[in-house]
Amino acid sequence: MLAHLPILQVVVPLMAAPLCWFLNRSKLVWIFSLLVCAATCVNSILLLIEVMKSGTIIYELGGWEAPWGIEFRIDKLNAFLLLIISSIATVVMFAANTSIQKELSEDRHTLFYSLYLLSLTGMYGIVATGDAFNVFVFLEISSLSAYALIALGNDRRALWAAFQYLIMGTIGATFILIGIGMLYQMTGTLNMSDLAIRLVDVGHTRTVFAAFAFLIVGICLKLALFPLHLWLPNAYAYAPSIVTAFLAATSTKVAVYLLIRFTFTVFGISFSFTTLPLQSILMVLGLVGVFVASITAIYQQNVKHILAYSSIAQVGYMIIGYSINTSTGVMATLLHLFNHALMKSALFLALGAVMYRIGSVQLSQFQGLGRQMPLTMAAIVIGGLSLIGVPLTVGFISKWYLLIASVEAGMWPVAVLILLGSLLAIVYIWRIVEMAYFRPPLPGRDTVEEAPWTFLGPIWVLVIANIYFGIDTRLSVQVAQAASQSLFGITP
Amino acid sequence: MFLGLYNYWIAILLMMIGFYIVIAHGNLVKKLVGLTIFQTSVFIFYISVGVVERGSAPILAEGISDYSNPLPHVLILTAIVVGIATTALGLALVIRIKESYGCVEEDEIQKLDQLNEEES
Repeated sequence: MLAHLPILQVVVPLMAAPLCWFLNRSKLVWIFSLLVCAATCVNSILLLIEVMKSGTIIYELGGWEAPWGIEFRIDKLNAFLLLIISSIATVVMFAANTSIQKELSEDRHTLFYSLYLLSLTGMYGIVATGDAFNVFVFLEISSLSAYALIALGNDRRALWAAFQYLIMGTIGATFILIGIGMLYQMTGTLNMSDLAIRLVDVGHTRTVFAAFAFLIVGICLKLALFPLHLWLPNAYAYAPSIVTAFLAATSTKVAVYLLIRFTFTVFGISFSFTTLPLQSILMVLGLVGVFVASITAIYQQNVKHILAYSSIAQVGYMIIGYSINTSTGVMATLLHLFNHALMKSALFLALGAVMYRIGSVQLSQFQGLGRQMPLTMAAIVIGGLSLIGVPLTVGFISKWYLLIASVEAGMWPVAVLILLGSLLAIVYIWRIVEMAYFRPPLPGRDTVEEAPWTFLGPIWVLVIANIYFGIDTRLSVQVAQAASQSLFGITP
Repeated sequence: MFLGLYNYWIAILLMMIGFYIVIAHGNLVKKLVGLTIFQTSVFIFYISVGVVERGSAPILAEGISDYSNPLPHVLILTAIVVGIATTALGLALVIRIKESYGCVEEDEIQKLDQLNEEES
């Protein structure tokens, strides 16, 4: 059983998704999906313990040996990502039942859960697999179900957002497919570790450069790096609240993982960062992304839009850490992956709670909510502080390491810009706080009750995690450090 | 020399045509058509990668020693299925968009959305 953990991670939700249709009763399906998510979460914890203890796990599908067969290869980086995705998916799933009762019609509930599980399957697959073509297939599984999940939103703009995401996402995935095809053409293998060995000989050819460019652009479309982020704000804003919380915390993270995996493991550091000016391009795009997205966020009227633009800015931070190209920089990126997943899922879930009570997340509707929904608003405030990067929250930890990394690499201006970017976060978070706490309740509205505990539970679990991992950083820092060191080939 | 690799030129041409249609056309169905052409060009690229000169189909028979590489074909079967799923989902979304907006033109949809926002 223990030997089959890597494949179980993917197969359990994959098999569970169609099973949802047999249960076909909203509550039953919810409990079932929750159990499945929890099972994969336990699975990923076991995997992480195993990997930290005894190193990379290699699982050969069907017993076929690596260059010919497909293998799942779990190292510290994968295990860390699996843990992030599965734990967030489980916590978000707790709130799903309450939220979709309100936002979706009864006949769509089963559909929602099976799509959720399928999307999860795809993400696990992308992270776990060691085969380049598998990445594309799993990417499409997770994306197709994500498009459908977004289209479930009540507002008709959800459909339009889903369609735009579909066009952009498919172009991105097809670019990745072209890149993989070119790599196969040059090396005759699809296995990532095998590719890494064989690419050394052909690294100077133009085909490999083209493959690299296609892959990077495709992945950057998926991770919503500025200026390829246009699909993200509307997709997040009009999707059902649960879907936003789930996708915001997981899908872009998976794309960042892909970027790291392809540049570090497949192409190798020396190719990725020396033959092409990737480092400086991504650094500039990351920095510009932080500022443009944060400033756009300040002018939004829909709170979901504010946080969606803030997500784009946070992706910018991850890319900055990545493009510093030192072990500390990549570690800061990985930490921020973990931390951003915690804060954004907490914030978007809290917005889901607001949506549940007042049916809107327009900023003007937030008037006076601070007194009427004290716990939900407190969660938004703490989540917001974490976004800004105030000490004692996780946001501070990742920004701190980001600053250390940029100073270590002698990039003082970058450090200053990171700090300035955080100041912009204060502005857009303050707009929400001011509306909620310093304005009288909206006239003509009945007193709003606090959100039900089924919502508050998951939200506060995430908020407490936000504070806990801001104080006790042993787990996150240790794993991120181990993962980034293994990427750079440093043995601790 | 240029024409010797005509299969790649065809793939690139199709790719550009498909990409152009996606960007330039406002009609959602046409956008999907463009997307399909774009994806098809990649399929053709993959298939031509697998060709071995004078190689036959990878079937074991007497007198045949050179085989084309079957792996890209198999990969592309998967990608075709993915492409069909994408197109189907896209068309389903177009139907839903038509139902709720009453049109399938990008600029009209955006106009309706703007009107919506001004009212609220």
